Amino acid sequence: MSDRHIRVVLAKLGLDGHDRGIKVVARILRDAGMEVIYLGLRQTTDSIVAAAEQEDADVIGLSMHNAGHLTLGPAMLAALREAELDVPVVIGGIVPDADIDELLASGVAAVLGPGAPADEVVTTVRRVVQGE
Amino acid sequence: MNVRSLPVEQLVEMSAAGDRRATGRLLTIVERGGPDADHITELTHAFSSRARVVGITGAPGAGKSTLVARLIAGLVADGEHPAVLAVDPSSPLTGGAILGDRVRMSEVESVAFIRSVATRGHAGGLALAIPGGTRVLAAAGFDPIVIETVGVGQVEVDITAAADTTVVVVTPGMGDAVQANKAGLLEVADVFVVNKADRPGADDTRRDLELMLELSHVTGQEDATYRPPIMMTNSLDGSGVGAVAAAISAHRLHLVESGMLADRHERRARFEVATRIQARLDITVQEALAGDDSMSLIRAVAAGQVAPTTAALSIFPFSPVL
Ligand SMILES: Nc1nc2c(ncn2[C@@H]2O[C@H](COP(=O)(O)OP(=O)(O)O)[C@@H](O)[C@H]2O)c(=O)[nH]1
Ligand SMILES: [Mg+2]
Repeated sequence: MSDRHIRVVLAKLGLDGHDRGIKVVARILRDAGMEVIYLGLRQTTDSIVAAAEQEDADVIGLSMHNAGHLTLGPAMLAALREAELDVPVVIGGIVPDADIDELLASGVAAVLGPGAPADEVVTTVRRVVQGE
Repeated sequence: MNVRSLPVEQLVEMSAAGDRRATGRLLTIVERGGPDADHITELTHAFSSRARVVGITGAPGAGKSTLVARLIAGLVADGEHPAVLAVDPSSPLTGGAILGDRVRMSEVESVAFIRSVATRGHAGGLALAIPGGTRVLAAAGFDPIVIETVGVGQVEVDITAAADTTVVVVTPGMGDAVQANKAGLLEVADVFVVNKADRPGADDTRRDLELMLELSHVTGQEDATYRPPIMMTNSLDGSGVGAVAAAISAHRLHLVESGMLADRHERRARFEVATRIQARLDITVQEALAGDDSMSLIRAVAAGQVAPTTAALSIFPFSPVL
């Protein structure tokens, strides 16, 4: 159906104030025909859960540059489980290779590095939404 | 649990019982249109005029979302259960959209229900998605429902005009008031807000609006017993926002006391019914044009062999009774 736009809730989780990367990702996803609900900086797991519920998100994209991903990633998944919300989470940003497996094992659907090209970002989001 | 696999009857029940996931899902289905959306409309139609509906419109960047967040915070403090439909344009090229209104509303997003809506290019879709979404929210117990739109394009103006109370937001400078006049927003405004009143030129903008209102009174438009007030706000620090809330309430009281609230509800209902009829007519027209006979007639018109009047009557021989 032509009206089936993928709806992505996109947020920075945690305290760092770096939003260049996430804005680039927002445009990449929009240009691929997706509806990006942009939450911006300094979100909490609770505010992201509220947005994902209200917006009926197909996927949540988190940008992290504060090396907190190993705690914040699983905290996000726990908050979603608590809210009984079945939405895949993709993490983007600076995540060392060694941590990627741990995040995936904890239930994060995909991890995108800072240099991921546009088509990789788009295909990853599409794959994660379809595999839901 | 994944609410996506549930039938709409169950979603409507869950939504009424306060399950936000169900409300969010219903809004998606309504926005998409089709048989399930129509089914939801049939299940929730009793709520068509139940909640107060406030439209907030104005140019991009005027500060609508910031103002809405302040208004919502005040409503919640008063014990109300407000919801917001925040409409932003889709990209005409890709159909995608970046919906950023929540950035300004983060302080109220867990105490109110906020939904971002993309225009998705086709006017008829939005014209049905907004009343449908308003009903879903009303059936979920939300009241009032605030609809934020960029006031460009006829459908957006129509949607905004279909609110019980329409607030038009302008800013100092840049001829905002004149633009609003051109867009047809002045006629539909019940309350004016000059936002960013902390900026230079706010008083000039106020005078521009007063002048234009004066003129429209001379030409005898709208309701002689009500004159839209002009409110000055700074939505960053919240000054003047309480007065806007009071002006919205006062307008509602005017509608109730004058008996005009029913007119507004009927206007909204007529707009929705007309949109549905229009959508069916559009399909009928497309179908009539698709046949082989139609194609050859159209070719004949293009070649200058048949008059378009003749072709139209021949392809679609039904005419209104005159
Ligand atoms: N100076 C000033 N800036 C404001 C005011 N209200 C909003 N803004 C700023 O104007 C910009 C656009 O605001 P937003 O609410 O997103 O506008 P919208 O596009 O109309 O929804 C943001 O940077 C706001 O912080 C105000 O009263 N005064
Ligand atoms: Mg806005």
